[in-house]
Amino acid sequence: MDDLLREFVTETHESLDVVDVELVRFEQNPNNAEILGNIFRLVHTIKGTCGFLGLPRLEALTHAAETLMGRFRDGAPATHEAVSVILTTIDRIKMILDSLDREAREPEGSDDDLIGELERMVERIAPAPAAEPGRTIGALTPQVLERPLRPGEDSLDDLERAFHATPVEVTPAKSAAPAAVMDEEPAKGGKDEEPAKSGVQSIRVAVDTLEHLMTMVSELVLTRNQLLEIARRHEDSEFKAPLQRLSNVTAELQEGVMKTRMQPIGNAWQKLPRIVRDLADDLGKQIDLEMHGAETELDRQVLDLIKDPLTHMVRNSADHGLETPAERRAVGKPERGRIRLSAYHEGGHIIVQIADDGRGLDTERIRARAIAKGLVSEADAATLTQAQIHKYIFEPGFSTAATITAISGRGVGMDVVDNNIDQIGGAIDVKSVAGVGTSFTIKIPLTLAIVAALIVEVGGAHFAIPQIAVVELVRARNAGDHRIERIRDTTVLRLRNKLLPLARLADLLGLPDAGGDPARGYIVVTQVGSRTFGVVVDKVFHTEEIVVKPMSSKLRHIAMFSGNTILGDGSVIMIIDPNGVAQALGSSVSTQIVADSEAEAREAAAAAENTSLLVFRAGSAQPKAVPLSLVTRLEEIDARTIELSDGRHMVQYRGQLMPLVTMNEKVRVKGEGAQPLLVFSDGIRSMALVVDEIIDIVEDRLDIQVASDNPGVLGSAIIKGQATEIVDVGHFLPLAFEDWFRRRERPEQVRQKAVLLVDDSHFFRNMLAPVLQAAGYVVTAVGSAAEALNLTREGRAFDVVVTDVEMPGMDGFELTEALRADARTADLPVIGLSSAVSSEAIERGRRAGFHDYVAKFDRQGLIAALKEQCDVERAA
Amino acid sequence: MENSNSTLSEYVTAVVGGQLFGLPIRRVQDVFTPERVTRVPLAPPEVAGVLNLRGRIVTLIDLRHQLGLDRGAPKGPGMAIGIELRGESYGLLIDSIGEVLQLDDTAREPNPPNLDPALARMSTGIHRLDGQLLMVLEVDRLFEGTGHAQAA
Repeated sequence: MDDLLREFVTETHESLDVVDVELVRFEQNPNNAEILGNIFRLVHTIKGTCGFLGLPRLEALTHAAETLMGRFRDGAPATHEAVSVILTTIDRIKMILDSLDREAREPEGSDDDLIGELERMVERIAPAPAAEPGRTIGALTPQVLERPLRPGEDSLDDLERAFHATPVEVTPAKSAAPAAVMDEEPAKGGKDEEPAKSGVQSIRVAVDTLEHLMTMVSELVLTRNQLLEIARRHEDSEFKAPLQRLSNVTAELQEGVMKTRMQPIGNAWQKLPRIVRDLADDLGKQIDLEMHGAETELDRQVLDLIKDPLTHMVRNSADHGLETPAERRAVGKPERGRIRLSAYHEGGHIIVQIADDGRGLDTERIRARAIAKGLVSEADAATLTQAQIHKYIFEPGFSTAATITAISGRGVGMDVVDNNIDQIGGAIDVKSVAGVGTSFTIKIPLTLAIVAALIVEVGGAHFAIPQIAVVELVRARNAGDHRIERIRDTTVLRLRNKLLPLARLADLLGLPDAGGDPARGYIVVTQVGSRTFGVVVDKVFHTEEIVVKPMSSKLRHIAMFSGNTILGDGSVIMIIDPNGVAQALGSSVSTQIVADSEAEAREAAAAAENTSLLVFRAGSAQPKAVPLSLVTRLEEIDARTIELSDGRHMVQYRGQLMPLVTMNEKVRVKGEGAQPLLVFSDGIRSMALVVDEIIDIVEDRLDIQVASDNPGVLGSAIIKGQATEIVDVGHFLPLAFEDWFRRRERPEQVRQKAVLLVDDSHFFRNMLAPVLQAAGYVVTAVGSAAEALNLTREGRAFDVVVTDVEMPGMDGFELTEALRADARTADLPVIGLSSAVSSEAIERGRRAGFHDYVAKFDRQGLIAALKEQCDVERAA
Repeated sequence: MENSNSTLSEYVTAVVGGQLFGLPIRRVQDVFTPERVTRVPLAPPEVAGVLNLRGRIVTLIDLRHQLGLDRGAPKGPGMAIGIELRGESYGLLIDSIGEVLQLDDTAREPNPPNLDPALARMSTGIHRLDGQLLMVLEVDRLFEGTGHAQAA
């Protein structure tokens, strides 16, 4: 195909994409003359060029479409049908272009049907005041053409007139030497206003050229790294200075080339307005598509890879997510559904969100399907949180649409989307609230070619961990705050009040252990999506810019690696895929739970929630358990350091005396050897519970089935198939410090009510939640008033809110006022919790709208208040 | 190869596990001594590792394993024959490299029926040489049926 034609095809494709978008916009704003002018100009340019290149079909089609658009410009209403016909015409043009691209000529066939339709449309909407085109009138000089007009072709006069009518002159028809102009024409067409507007000089460069440039820069970076490595070994080399210079220039070059590959994400969105419009038509829905951050730039390779997933997800939202206008009306939503696309930069990543305000994911159906497909057992499925169940939509072959529609039920599902995003080192997450909508968040790297990576050593071999996934590096020590704690085969790291599950890279990779002290070594704190975990490695070296090369197809199935690279020293190393590590971690149940971030804990709400429990023995063979989140630390102290003071066991702990409390009379404080302790702390004070043996950390549903009358025991639950006593920590705390709490609460079986617990203290949240659960409530605990409001505004239903009064930011009073202000939650009972119950505070609470006011540690009072509020509600 | 007239084919020969093999010379990119091989954890057993060969990452395949030959430790560091398969670079680990032979296609005999089927699948026939048999390896079939080889 000759260059001219090729260029024409490329140009025209681009112009048509714009026309698509603009037409849909125009349909919505029929009075916007600017948009119409744009469209008209683009179509006109195409038509003009077709004439030169001898493409009769295209010419005839564009002409007919242009005539119809001319009507709009003359003031005829842009009816839905008329726009539809033009869009169909554009599709036909694209079809012809494709064939032109392949075979360098127009395909056989007739467009009379479309042209006829276009012409009928012209007549129908034509109270056009303008004169019928095709007649020469006015001051134009008649011109003669030495051949008969082809169908749809304009006479030169018409062309001339069109040029005068079009705001910007584009076609070179006035030139006396058309042949000479032809070479330039296609390059100019379509972006004729650009030079005039911005003055920016731009040229077209073939993508291949840029790709090649990028490859060469990648190689250059590698070579530079090699040179730097050599220079590192020769301290006083005279190469140092020039190498430094080379290094800087290379970095700049890399950045420059990278920039040439950047494209606004809007390019990937270009087709969406049209797609959504057509879908809305087909489905009988009304859909608004909002796009934010279209100018956000990313690597074109990445862009190409996410284009299809994005389109697919928007289709999904339109098809499955949004309801029909009737359904929406029935649930009190506006008839027009909304799909919101947004993109923005966030620390070396691009975040793309696709959100709709539709019906949300059907959790039950997904659950049923996951069970049916054998992805999860029925028993396990019952314990999963909604968020966990929603993740199944990314499993291969998972489609829950009840009816397979032509739009999205094509067997390509979210697994393909997930796969594509995974391929580029991105991550996808879904959040969905029934009846409120679904939102997908995609996190993708800016570029694929070159990434910064941390080089680590495990079992004598080196590996690269992409820097983007690394949150921080922690050196584990035997003493100090960053300690690896080992419970059976499970290792966790307590890092700033959070327990992180640990993955030993050596184990995951099946490498021999370096034999070092397991409590030493480095921990690479890694984040994937909302999960944070620690990767234990033997050594950490430097970070290096690496050029990611794909794995050989023989090795691509290894989930632990995302690729490989050649280091500065010439050796090949594997690049660890943090997603793979996260998945491997997820399969070992006992470690996964603790990873649950606060965010997930928030989502993991109404559904029966798994709790991580510390199982231990104390005084009897029957296992006992306590929610792990209550335990600050697990200690094993030398029994000889235990001192007796004032008739109580104490131990010097972190410069303070920590009282030891035995669970029951049968537990003996050991005289020698290691004494296991569970340390509880509220930040200031610590106490330790003396136990015989720590058994395991397990994840299970905390479902107290038999309440207990024994002090110190909330009741019994089945934990991992064994009847286990759930220990009431609250009972023991006052034994150490009398003012900690006053008394334990005897659980009462109350029918399941949803309680929203708001408290900024992690400790009290974790303290109260099990107590309320034991009393038969379904508890959702959040750490701030803002989070609480988010939940209620998302439409989550609660029976009662229990809130701390003193909180940073928005306090309990303000939260209550905010809840009262919202019609949906105006009648929601609120119980205030405060450590200081003064009469003024009670009065203030009453004004704010508290239904009840309970002292923070009066748990019996709280249970009674809850019961009362729920009963009131039931009666109402 | 369909040509039934006497045509000569050139083979790079190599010994693997005591057996002489021939690879069509046009499929052979180079012969090299593997150095600084990086082992790949979790890799299938036939993958001996990866290495950097003049800026390319080459996957080393242990031919002994791939061909189901005796698993005894190879003598010495061994050599590798570089080939390209579906756009990827592989190094076939061999015990020793032999000379390049020109052999008449018409003299090639079919695999004996009692040949280990795994081996037979990768071979297109046998040449009788002085005192030994040369097995012609079909490079494209090397990775067939061993899983994971098919790129998506």
